[in-house]
Amino acid sequence: MRMKGFAKHYYLMLIPGFLWLFVFSIVPMFGIIISFQYFNPGKGILGSDWAGLEHFKYMFLLKDTQEVFSNTLVIASMKIVANLIAPLLFALMLNELRLMILRRWIQTIVYLPHFLSWVILGGIVLDLFSYNGPVNQLTALFGFQPKLFFADAQLFPFLVVGSDVWKEFGFGTIIYLAALTGINPAMYEAANIDGAGRWRSLWHITLPGIRTTAVLLTVLSLGNVLNAGFDQIFNLYNPLVYSTGDIIDTWVYRTGLLNLQYELATAVGLLKSVVGFLLISVSYYLAYRFVNYRIF
Amino acid sequence: MVRDRTFGNRVTDIILIVVLIGITLSCILPIWYTLSLSLSSNSAAAAGKVWLWPVDFNLNAYAQILNDNQFFRSFWISTQRVLLGVTLNFIMVVLMSYPLSRTAKELKGRNVFMWILIFTMLFNGGLIPLYLTVKELNMLNSIWALVLVGGAQTLVFNVILTMNFFRNLPKELDEAALVDGAGPWYILFKIYIPLAVPVLATVSLFSIVYHWNEFLYGLIFMSREQFYPLQTYIQQLVVSVDPSTMSEDQYRRLSELSNRTLDAAKIFIAMLPVLIVYPFLQRFFIHGITLGSVKE
Repeated sequence: MRMKGFAKHYYLMLIPGFLWLFVFSIVPMFGIIISFQYFNPGKGILGSDWAGLEHFKYMFLLKDTQEVFSNTLVIASMKIVANLIAPLLFALMLNELRLMILRRWIQTIVYLPHFLSWVILGGIVLDLFSYNGPVNQLTALFGFQPKLFFADAQLFPFLVVGSDVWKEFGFGTIIYLAALTGINPAMYEAANIDGAGRWRSLWHITLPGIRTTAVLLTVLSLGNVLNAGFDQIFNLYNPLVYSTGDIIDTWVYRTGLLNLQYELATAVGLLKSVVGFLLISVSYYLAYRFVNYRIF
Repeated sequence: MVRDRTFGNRVTDIILIVVLIGITLSCILPIWYTLSLSLSSNSAAAAGKVWLWPVDFNLNAYAQILNDNQFFRSFWISTQRVLLGVTLNFIMVVLMSYPLSRTAKELKGRNVFMWILIFTMLFNGGLIPLYLTVKELNMLNSIWALVLVGGAQTLVFNVILTMNFFRNLPKELDEAALVDGAGPWYILFKIYIPLAVPVLATVSLFSIVYHWNEFLYGLIFMSREQFYPLQTYIQQLVVSVDPSTMSEDQYRRLSELSNRTLDAAKIFIAMLPVLIVYPFLQRFFIHGITLGSVKE
């Protein structure tokens, strides 16, 4: 084959993209150095004095960070579980629906919220749950007093998880539905002839048919244990619910960019990045080992 | 599918349909409600009379937006950002995924390149280093900060999706082109790109939605409102809560003071572009996502 001279063209094609990634992904990684410095913006990264691990020590002593880490873990874990189960249930129900037109309509509608931003959906959710909003109007019919839902710290994590499931469950069904179409219809016919009813078919054919997908999604979701969802919480929270709703990412934003404590915010961000990276690597490795999943 | 038409089965079907429709409505009604709120009068909104149909129908909120210069300025910034971002994303995805879809023998170092890409996807320096990098590049208040920072973060996923698609194309295509004396650029532009229309459409639509929806970079890289993209403008105006509002009373007064019909109108216009591209998006994304997966 005449492919000898091709390689240099391949490298040429790769240069612009890697340059882009170098400047905006790799270079910022070196910025983590400031978490080991007394950073002085005037002197820059190269000129600032070293602080060793001081910011990290301070971080572990700070009450704020402990609260923020535990809030993150709680919210993210609840989201992981809910976002694994809800799409699975919905996909199973949709799979049982035989009216194809209705099915397509339902699919079209439930995928939509995934594509809207949390700025938009946050605005809508806050209005729905506002003091004069529809939710309070509805509960008033049953004799409840109006309530400021998003000012209630006890309730906040559940509202966050609930609204996240509402936004994402539809999109999450896609992957299950793809797995469900992979099941051979002849198996259902055979089961039917053997006298298996709906529930037995579900148990013995449908569920085993999507087991691999469910295992894969569960393993991959482990990488999200520290991702409680910045966009969502940033658009829903307020100082009244910081005690249960403030997460690592929102805290880093406020501490770093509003209070200008660059070093501390970077240290906390670094800890999150490192732990997150390890978790994702492990989850990818497990997925590769158990279900032969590969990203490339 | 063969199934009994027993009484029990029919009851199950009816319950199923009702539950499915109920859940589906929960996805679309909040959006519908926002539209009807935006077309109602302020007093009706404040009294909580608006449900799924406008009360005292009027277009005042939209007329007010017509006089809001900043709204239009932000809309235009977002539009520019989407156009630049999608174009750049398209070019880079094409240029990177083709060489990376070659074997490690055809492109020396291919696996090293892939691991670098994966690494940039899984690890990041955090918010503060990113901010300092953009600052050092003198890109604060420039639209390029929005285009390049966001673009770099979504590029890798899009490259992997497209690369996997290229790898699943039959080898005979290359061989036939080589026999005819085609070079790498010819093969890429005349053979690969035309075949990859579904996956490139998916990747471009993802890019449109991402750049339209992203709000955080507008907030941290733009120091003045006049540079805000639309989502950031709305975030600041409608959704965000001033950290100084500390008591429940203040929080309530804040929500009572807000102009709910005007906010609803702004939110509705801001989601309109996504609603418009959604039908196209829906045609491609399910297909595109499964297309990009590694088969074996």
